[in-house]
Amino acid sequence: MADLQYQGHLHTLQKELMAEYYASLTASAEGSGVPAAYLLIGGNPVELLRAFDILPVFPEVNALQLAVRKQSLPHIQAAEFMGYSSDNCAYVKADIGMYFAGRKTPFATIPEPTLLLCNYVGCNVYLDWFGHLSEYTGRPAFQLDIPFIRTRSGTPSRDDIVYVLRQLERLVELCEEITGKRLDWDRLREAVRLSSETGALWSKIKHLTKSAPAPYDAYFDSVTMMAPLYCLRGTPQGLRFFETAYAELAEKAAAGVGPLETERFRYVIEGPPPWPHLRTFRDMFSRWNAVAVASTYSTVGGLWEFGFVHDPDHPLESIARHLLEWNLTNRNFLQRYAQIERYLEEWNASALVIHSVKSCRLFSAGQGDMREYFTNRGIPTLLVESDLEDPRYFSEAQMRNRIDAFFESVGHRTAVQGAGS
Amino acid sequence: MHTPVLQESLEELVERCTQAVETPGFAEAEAWKREVPGRALAGCFPVYSPVELFHAAGMLPVGLAGGGNRMEIAHADSRFQSFVCSIVKSTLEQGMTGVLSSFDALIFHSICDPARNLASVYARNFPDQKVEYIHFPQNLGAPEATGYLAREYERVVVSMSELTGRAVSFDDVRASISIYNQVRSVIRDLYAIRSDTPHLLKTRELYPLVRYGHLVPPERHLEVLLRARAMILAREGRPKDRIRALLAGSFCEQPPLDLIAAIEDAGCYLVDDDFLQGRRWFTRDVDAEADDPYYALADAYANRSVPCAVKHDIRTSKADALVERARAHRADAVIVLCAKFCEPALFEYPLYRKALQAAALPHIALEFEEKMWVFDRIKTEIETFVESLLFS
Ligand code: SF4
Ligand code: SF4
Repeated sequence: MADLQYQGHLHTLQKELMAEYYASLTASAEGSGVPAAYLLIGGNPVELLRAFDILPVFPEVNALQLAVRKQSLPHIQAAEFMGYSSDNCAYVKADIGMYFAGRKTPFATIPEPTLLLCNYVGCNVYLDWFGHLSEYTGRPAFQLDIPFIRTRSGTPSRDDIVYVLRQLERLVELCEEITGKRLDWDRLREAVRLSSETGALWSKIKHLTKSAPAPYDAYFDSVTMMAPLYCLRGTPQGLRFFETAYAELAEKAAAGVGPLETERFRYVIEGPPPWPHLRTFRDMFSRWNAVAVASTYSTVGGLWEFGFVHDPDHPLESIARHLLEWNLTNRNFLQRYAQIERYLEEWNASALVIHSVKSCRLFSAGQGDMREYFTNRGIPTLLVESDLEDPRYFSEAQMRNRIDAFFESVGHRTAVQGAGS
Repeated sequence: MHTPVLQESLEELVERCTQAVETPGFAEAEAWKREVPGRALAGCFPVYSPVELFHAAGMLPVGLAGGGNRMEIAHADSRFQSFVCSIVKSTLEQGMTGVLSSFDALIFHSICDPARNLASVYARNFPDQKVEYIHFPQNLGAPEATGYLAREYERVVVSMSELTGRAVSFDDVRASISIYNQVRSVIRDLYAIRSDTPHLLKTRELYPLVRYGHLVPPERHLEVLLRARAMILAREGRPKDRIRALLAGSFCEQPPLDLIAAIEDAGCYLVDDDFLQGRRWFTRDVDAEADDPYYALADAYANRSVPCAVKHDIRTSKADALVERARAHRADAVIVLCAKFCEPALFEYPLYRKALQAAALPHIALEFEEKMWVFDRIKTEIETFVESLLFS
């Protein structure tokens, strides 16, 4: 293996920066005086909070951290005891269970919200989740209503943009009230500039997996980069992380180094990961030398690789565009098919794996139709089911068998096609 | 069913509506469409659809209400997973088996994630039908929400006009508001009659009368409702020893009629419910004379519509509203009956439970599926619940 200068920087820096971020949450919870706003990942408007020095708290990130650390189940069960259904999104249940358990987690104490900023970007569960938090915490809630992409053009109308801008202006007023500070436009522009550079780097990172071998796994390694993308976007630290990540991964790409010894299969993966069983799930692909070269999940917070950048000269408008158009959750299901199609072609992948999660119907409802669509187009497509948060829905042996059978058949098919050409 | 039958009894009328509701397909709507060239059908997915817009465009807005328990799902369950509610699958199944082929447009709304994805899946599978998706604001009470919704309505009307070739004037929309106001007003009356004198009007009777409106023009529905009301007012009877229960939660996918009957037979007068909520969405008439009728409809949605799990209005608590509603109807208990896998309904329950317990209102929570055939278990659970209340 070539002697790589940046080897491993990305992971160390990620750990350091996320630890700092969580320390700031704990400090806020313990009375540092820094206000905290809860908000959601989908196309989030974090830049606006930066301009007011409001700490962003992402309940989805907290929930997934609980799951990765195998701490989610008791909280989920506590929420079910309160009356939540086994069919409700388990992110919500883990979060609400954790809230009533004193907001203490192995990684941070989560502060009470000063503001509940419900950026309704496609997911209807967001509304229930934040509605309930508002009821439990008694804290002010702001519902940012983002019209769904629903017309044939696939883009928001001028009316949509103006509507979101009006709401953002009211959100600014609310933040002014909460913090007692006027909006500093220079600070907002600066946060948006940092986001714009961060997004551009993230996009370049995404395009690196077009090389063969891909320098990293666009699913299992992307998730390492997603936490800084949300929790630190719009800050100098966030930008520094992505500069480091890009340098390291570009170097790997140039050196022809990938995450596995060899790259046998290049596939696209759709759907969130099974956080409670991430390592086991990853191994199921690694043993086949299969690398995800693109993933839809890594675009829930923002879709940068198709050309979006924040514009510091029009900060609010670019935040509005990000919320409306440039993230997976606010796009319709058929736009997702088109996104996957682009990945398959431009990233040169030969198979599609759909991980269908019970909790997240935003992602999963209708994925059988998606399978049908791609299968009819001659793309080997596998659909497997589990959950993103609830460890009880992972059947390891069955999952392994399905994945084994799939890659065996894809391998066979490739061999036959190779022989025939 | 076009010509009113003279001297038809209430029971016969209810039976005719029941037949219409339970027979698969949309025969009456299709006959209406054939009567005059240029007519068109719009299939409206629950919960609430602004039917006035389609009516004004010269279409018949037909309410979709799933496949009931007489349809087998043979194709759609490979498209939507086992953890998705039944109505999403049965609606797609209706498409795949040609039941919806006479529809010119299908209308979906921003009620939940599965319904939203269904709009896309439907559009992909049936490219010859127009699929519209209406975004209802979820920041009700915000100054910009109503105006935005009014423009959304105009967008939908333009889209429908393209289909029918008929330009829609403000007066057309006002006339449609007016006829639907009349329908909603009689439904409100019937609901009030049932609440005041539930022994004179069973929910098993009221329900098909209201749901008949899913299938026929509002003018025809109005006539049926008026005749029904006259006959109900002439009924006599004595109350039985039953509890007064409010039924909440079944606002989208609908329980089988026999399940409704089973609940009543288990010893309940249902004094209020969430069934077919979209047909009685407004708490009072929509302004039919407004300068801008789109704004009037949007304003009614934002400010004078019933609380519903798929509508998020942070100005009021839905759980408190449920308790108030139970009190207003002098309900002894609440039955929370959610469609299986219906996430919006299931999300209401923890807050409902908390509020009902705080208000010392007994409740029972149950789940149903439209495709259920056997109701013994639910009936027994309700009987036990009722007995615990009657004899405690
Ligand atoms: S349904 Fe999906 S997008 Fe929505 S909160 Fe749950 S996990 Fe997140
Ligand atoms: S029954 Fe519930 S989950 Fe199903 S479409 Fe209706 S609102 Fe959505």
